[in-house]
Amino acid sequence: MREFRNLICIGCPIGCDMEVTLEEGKVSEVKGNTCVRGKNYAEKECTNPTRIVTSSVRVQGGEIDSVSVKTQSDIPKNKIMKCIEELKGITLNAPVKAGEIIIRNVADTGVSIISTKTVAKTNEDM
Amino acid sequence: MKEYDIVIIGGGPAGMAAAIGAREEGIEEILILERDSCLGGILNQCIHNGFGLHTFKEELTGPEYAERFIQKAEEMKIPYKLNTMVIDINKNKEIVAVNEEEGILEIKAKAIILAMGCRERPRGAINIPGSRCAGIYSAGSAQKFVNIDGYMPGKEVVILGSGDIGLIMARRMTLEGAEVKAVVELMPYSGGLKRNIVQCLDDFGIPLKLAHTITSIKGKGRVEGVTIAKVDENRKPIKGTEEYIECDTLLLSVGLLPENELSNKANVKLSQITGGPEVNESLQTNIEGIFACGNVLHVHDLVDYVTLESINAGKNAARYVKGESFNEKGIELKGLEGVRYTVPKYINPKNIDKAVEVRFRVGDVYKESYISVYFDETRELHLKKRILTPGEMETVKLTREMFDKYPECKEITVKVEGE
Amino acid sequence: MFDVVIVGAGVVGSGIARELSKYELKTCVLEKGTDVAVGTSKANSGIVHAGHDTKPNSLKSILNVKGNAMFDRLSKELDFPFKRNGSLVICFEESDIEKLEALKEKGDKNGVPGLEILSKEKLKELEPNINEKAVAALYAPTGGIVCPYEMTIAYAENANANGVEFILNCEVKNIIKAQNGFIVETSKGRYESKIVINAAGLFADNLNNMVSKNKIDLVARKGEYCLFDKLAGEATTRTIFQLPTDLGKGVLVTPTVDGNLLIGPNAVDIEDKSNLSTTQEGLDEILNKAKNTLKEVPMRQIITSFSGIRAHSPKDDFIIGEIEDVEGFINAAGIESPGLSSAPAIAEMVETIVVEKLNPAKNIKFNPIRYGIPKFREMDNEERKNIIKSNPSYGKIVCRCETVTEGEIIDAIRRPLGAKDLDGLKRRTRAGMGRCQSGFCSTKLVNILAKELNIPITEVTKFGGESNLLIGKNKEI
Repeated sequence: MREFRNLICIGCPIGCDMEVTLEEGKVSEVKGNTCVRGKNYAEKECTNPTRIVTSSVRVQGGEIDSVSVKTQSDIPKNKIMKCIEELKGITLNAPVKAGEIIIRNVADTGVSIISTKTVAKTNEDM
Repeated sequence: MKEYDIVIIGGGPAGMAAAIGAREEGIEEILILERDSCLGGILNQCIHNGFGLHTFKEELTGPEYAERFIQKAEEMKIPYKLNTMVIDINKNKEIVAVNEEEGILEIKAKAIILAMGCRERPRGAINIPGSRCAGIYSAGSAQKFVNIDGYMPGKEVVILGSGDIGLIMARRMTLEGAEVKAVVELMPYSGGLKRNIVQCLDDFGIPLKLAHTITSIKGKGRVEGVTIAKVDENRKPIKGTEEYIECDTLLLSVGLLPENELSNKANVKLSQITGGPEVNESLQTNIEGIFACGNVLHVHDLVDYVTLESINAGKNAARYVKGESFNEKGIELKGLEGVRYTVPKYINPKNIDKAVEVRFRVGDVYKESYISVYFDETRELHLKKRILTPGEMETVKLTREMFDKYPECKEITVKVEGE
Repeated sequence: MFDVVIVGAGVVGSGIARELSKYELKTCVLEKGTDVAVGTSKANSGIVHAGHDTKPNSLKSILNVKGNAMFDRLSKELDFPFKRNGSLVICFEESDIEKLEALKEKGDKNGVPGLEILSKEKLKELEPNINEKAVAALYAPTGGIVCPYEMTIAYAENANANGVEFILNCEVKNIIKAQNGFIVETSKGRYESKIVINAAGLFADNLNNMVSKNKIDLVARKGEYCLFDKLAGEATTRTIFQLPTDLGKGVLVTPTVDGNLLIGPNAVDIEDKSNLSTTQEGLDEILNKAKNTLKEVPMRQIITSFSGIRAHSPKDDFIIGEIEDVEGFINAAGIESPGLSSAPAIAEMVETIVVEKLNPAKNIKFNPIRYGIPKFREMDNEERKNIIKSNPSYGKIVCRCETVTEGEIIDAIRRPLGAKDLDGLKRRTRAGMGRCQSGFCSTKLVNILAKELNIPITEVTKFGGESNLLIGKNKEI
């Protein structure tokens, strides 16, 4: 069975309008992309959509109270909320280094959550 | 009065790139004045990704992008002061700033680079009637509460404005546990990047109400709900189309305004359209030795372009300090027929190395049309564009060769053409 | 047991409190709101009327002229902003000039000094931005502008410093006449007092009717305003009124004492005394009417709009005095325009009544001088250097639009009768009143309030009650 899907590429801010042809659930043609990343995205989005997830967690004893985090690479779209669940209740102790792993294999995706910011320890006595 | 070669007001992506550009041209006595407790500007609260695709060929989050420049600035030992607010500048490039440790600082600069960024348009400026209860925030303020303080401004959210900040916050609030009931957009098209519609609204099933506006806010202590209505071609609410949406939070993403209070104090001429200074190809304003770059000049969509523009401003400020002049009046650029404005507004071909990037925005959505650039009556560029939208800044490159072709050129026009 | 209980900490109640603090009287002010100046006193035109627009020999006319003359001294003693910028009533038809003359006559009768009818040319000279349609104007040099809530806060702080107790979040539920005075039952308990002064604003009728057979009925009359950026603040120098025509009362266009441009109000009678919402119709009405005054209404410079509610008495005059049927109960009710202008005189009038009744000794420790929060934005660089040296938090600017420092904000919270919420901070320091309307500073203000008041950040409110800013931690709501 042939299926057509219209997608906007999110690979970069250009946002090419693409038309994907699917046959038996597999991508047979991609039109409208202006680079190979777009083609890859279209294929992925129609068969196994993924996203990078960004969020923040609390920090204790740091110069700031929050540190921004992200999934080290993209994870299946349907695991986004489970990923967020696992971030609930996490409080890190300063110092936190950018790139530091916060959670390994979040939501069973094989992908880690890493910090995207460095937070120094505050000078105050706790 | 302390003297510096170049003082940069603002230590966000624009200020940092400008400083780096100036240092690379050999200027030592640079000083960045930053009002926040760290460098990075607005990037510090932009924890989402999408930054750096052009600059680093990587997709970074805001803080990661900022960190690259902070590290570079540290490596280059570029001096900066934090927690320092500039409260006055004048056309003699004398600056007054204030901080806790040093009190009042009076600084003289050979050149100033304005990199103060922009602020958000508040509810009051668009005059939404109704209650003035708690629960109404600009999207950026809400973003700060969520991303920096770690607290939620509300639970059931309506967002007015589908610009990028509104879209990003729709996703952010949802991920942190809120229910975003709708994003309401006055225009019949969204103001943000298409990728954000997909990954911030579509991914979470958040409805986008195009050609709608909020006509009233109800609430006692906090917001209880908002009334939205469809709008006509004049963007006026259509009676009878009202819909009440219960919510406890209203986020406003209704426009960014370049922050030019200081520029005014130095008699810098501002564009009525962008709200930012009018500059020439070297990013110098009408005041000799005062340059501008980044969001204070015009609101950008991509930080990568802010970086490019600002490195340029830094280099030119450096050249100015070394004795070059950018004062000679250039050819005026006019944005017509769909093109709302251009940056720069003036180009003096003598100051172009190889080419000059002309950035502009259109005033409406145009499909399958052309961007044309005329040197007086002659059309020199005719670029096909599948889609042009106000939410996405465009660029055309005018090369040295083009200017050489038209030595008597009086006026350059950039416009949208159907064919 | 108190000598005097004043109900209402608006400009009238606080003014009375301050005047009574000159005596050895045990006085307290009961306020049902979370702060002083949260009723009509915080949302009005801020005009100190010259006094030509009131009925001769009415309380309004007598107290307006008297009160107007007191502002120079009071604003200096109590350190609140006041400017005698003069006012103009403009008319648009030649045939209306006689109405202006009648207004001048009324003003002369009321004792208003310096009234003069100005020709079109003179008007244009004085106010170049006024609409060409204006043909003449009545000029009142004694007209002024004041910050009504700063004035109220100043009165309250001075009263408090001189011994008057202020009890906030205290709603009067019932007043019972007792042997030696009154028992006042409130949401915070019972208070006994020899004298009760009713300065309860919109609810003064409820209060009076708890005690007196002679009922008062006040009408809540809402007025909406638009406030413009300081960049538009020099559109006019004087306060410009429009001569009422058959089409109704006009709106005023005025600079505010802080440098903004203010336009409004309209007048709509409402049922719900707590309904402060603005409406599309109201805002459209005032902006349209303003077009008669100004060549150009600077629409792009609007920064906010708000509404205030007047306590209108159908008798069209203030209701001031000890009531006939119950000794010791003194009304200061129906205070609508020119209430603010008359407030200092109302305070003295009530003071006289109380002093006659109780014959108290003078308070020898009374200090009429009150110092407001030092304003960084008004200092020169030398003064700034000094204050930062002694108080480094004056070197940290929190509200960029209005140049308000952390030092001022902390002072506003820590001083007696200090701010407890964002709006209280706003009224005391102007933080959040600028063009970005707290977009930049709200996160900082919320954090400072939480720290200073020692409360969780989720308990910080905009104006008390349920107006919390933040509802919980990320991922935990």
